[in-house]
Amino acid sequence: MTRPATGAARRRRILGENVLAYAFVLPAILVILIFQFLPGFAAVYMSLFRWDIVQGAFRGLDNYQTVLVGARAEEFWQSLSVTLTYTVITVPVEIVLSLVLAYLLFQKMRGRGIYRTLYYLPYITSVIAASVIFNWLMNPSYGLFNTILGFVGIGPQQWLDEPRGVIELIAGAFGWTLPDWSPFAAGSQFHQSILAGPSLALVGVSIYTIWHYIGFQVVIFLAGLGNISNEYYEAARLDGASERQIFTKITLPLLSPTTFFVATIATIGSLKAFNQIYAMTNGGPLETTKTLGYEIFHVFFQQGRIDLGAAMAVLLTVIILGFTVFQFRVAERRVHYG
Amino acid sequence: MKHVVLAAVALVIAFPFYWMISTAFKSFFEATQFPPTAFPHELHLENFATAWGDAPWAGFFRNTLVIGVAVTLGELVTSVLAAYAFARLEFKGKGAIFFILLATYMIPGEATLIPNFVLVTRYLHMADTLQVQIIPFLASVFSVFLLRQHFRSIPNELADAAKVDGAGHLRFLWGVVLPLSIPVLVTVTLITGLGVYDAFQWPLLVTNSDAVRPVQVGMAQFRTEFGAQYHLEMAAATFVIAPVVVIFLFAQRYLIQGVARTGIRG
Repeated sequence: MTRPATGAARRRRILGENVLAYAFVLPAILVILIFQFLPGFAAVYMSLFRWDIVQGAFRGLDNYQTVLVGARAEEFWQSLSVTLTYTVITVPVEIVLSLVLAYLLFQKMRGRGIYRTLYYLPYITSVIAASVIFNWLMNPSYGLFNTILGFVGIGPQQWLDEPRGVIELIAGAFGWTLPDWSPFAAGSQFHQSILAGPSLALVGVSIYTIWHYIGFQVVIFLAGLGNISNEYYEAARLDGASERQIFTKITLPLLSPTTFFVATIATIGSLKAFNQIYAMTNGGPLETTKTLGYEIFHVFFQQGRIDLGAAMAVLLTVIILGFTVFQFRVAERRVHYG
Repeated sequence: MKHVVLAAVALVIAFPFYWMISTAFKSFFEATQFPPTAFPHELHLENFATAWGDAPWAGFFRNTLVIGVAVTLGELVTSVLAAYAFARLEFKGKGAIFFILLATYMIPGEATLIPNFVLVTRYLHMADTLQVQIIPFLASVFSVFLLRQHFRSIPNELADAAKVDGAGHLRFLWGVVLPLSIPVLVTVTLITGLGVYDAFQWPLLVTNSDAVRPVQVGMAQFRTEFGAQYHLEMAAATFVIAPVVVIFLFAQRYLIQGVARTGIRG
């Protein structure tokens, strides 16, 4: 007689827990579905139509064709190449610098907290306000950077207004000219020797970017260093290993999951770069700092081509997802001995 | 030797802040003088008042504050509830819903930007409001994950004891779980709040009028209008940066721990 009663009570309890759980989950899920999950698919949908102010005719993959090989191809590949160059300049420098700083900071010492705070400060300052400071430092007429260059006998530079490549500038200072090899046709605005290197403007944005993110990477590296068991170090010291050997044979290999993690998120971060580009250069001069993130904004917002913008956004997403999945898989493999 | 390297880097990193403040106190004449002066010869405190008066800063800060409070509170409530359900309740479809969250976490903001823009401007007619800067951010997958992780670590014995005492889930959540989660809640609050303070691209796209624009858009606008007044520009940058620096100095423990634990990079 008691059995069915408890069964019913149990069922009622389970039903109650279900209802409560749905009520708890609903608000978050609703917002996430509408503004974060479904729009991901909507982007793909929109990229398949003609769509400027309103939705137009179905165009299949025409927008992708326009972006990849058609009328917009030159701008797209230029911005992709700028994005990759920007990544290649910033990420390795960020990693080496932050790894060295974290390694130095990791050892117990006075003032460690103060250093960490100072290094971290740029990361929490808002991108727009902070990049305004760098624009001022790199001002061609009154900027401090040119004053400093003057001390070492180098003439004033145009910095964020300088479309010429840094190698071209250095070569020019010695009176050399670079061979005129370029993937873009002679009449194209992107025509520049492939040996010219990134524009000084892009290097300027990169200097800011490195300054902004370094403290963040230091904190991640410090956490990674903290995860390495002290036993390894003690064993190595007993065997008479030098500090240098300890760093290259123990710290670096055991830290590699962290290094890999930092490299991936730094890469993804630079693929998405928009705010600093908008604030510092607006993609100029001569589009040498126009990253893909900025190009998407330019095409969809300033030119009103929602369809082409969506197609570019989907392409960027595929690239970013590639890195994310890569990161997940490698991280998964590391967990077993992490 | 180690200290020399660390201190030199610290100087380089801190220098732009010094240069900002130093320029903010100079006259225009002194700011553009060659060679530049390391310290302002006279302290032009009025630069801050001039910069403040040149644009509707009070409005920008008020908008950011309203958006920040609404988003942070809203996100805390939705995330705490969802995280609790995922951590401590059993329900049908839990796995499937959690999978959707996981998938959402992989979708970058670049993919959702354009559809969201079309949605709020053309279909929801929310352009140029404070709501359009609040509603899309009332939930965050990241916060749900972070809180769920923490809620799971709360010992089951506490839940059993609460059940024996006749406490329902809401009372257990409010009376036991939340008080045990203060540090994580502070971390979520800080990360969300700083995120709102830094918000730029979305408000730039969906707002037109100063009445609803937040601080960072105001800063970009100020730069376009008064960009040649370097001393005023630096004064404005100073009062835009100052609030986050102050908050950071007081609460850095929570932020840095949160970052180290989760590796989130804004």
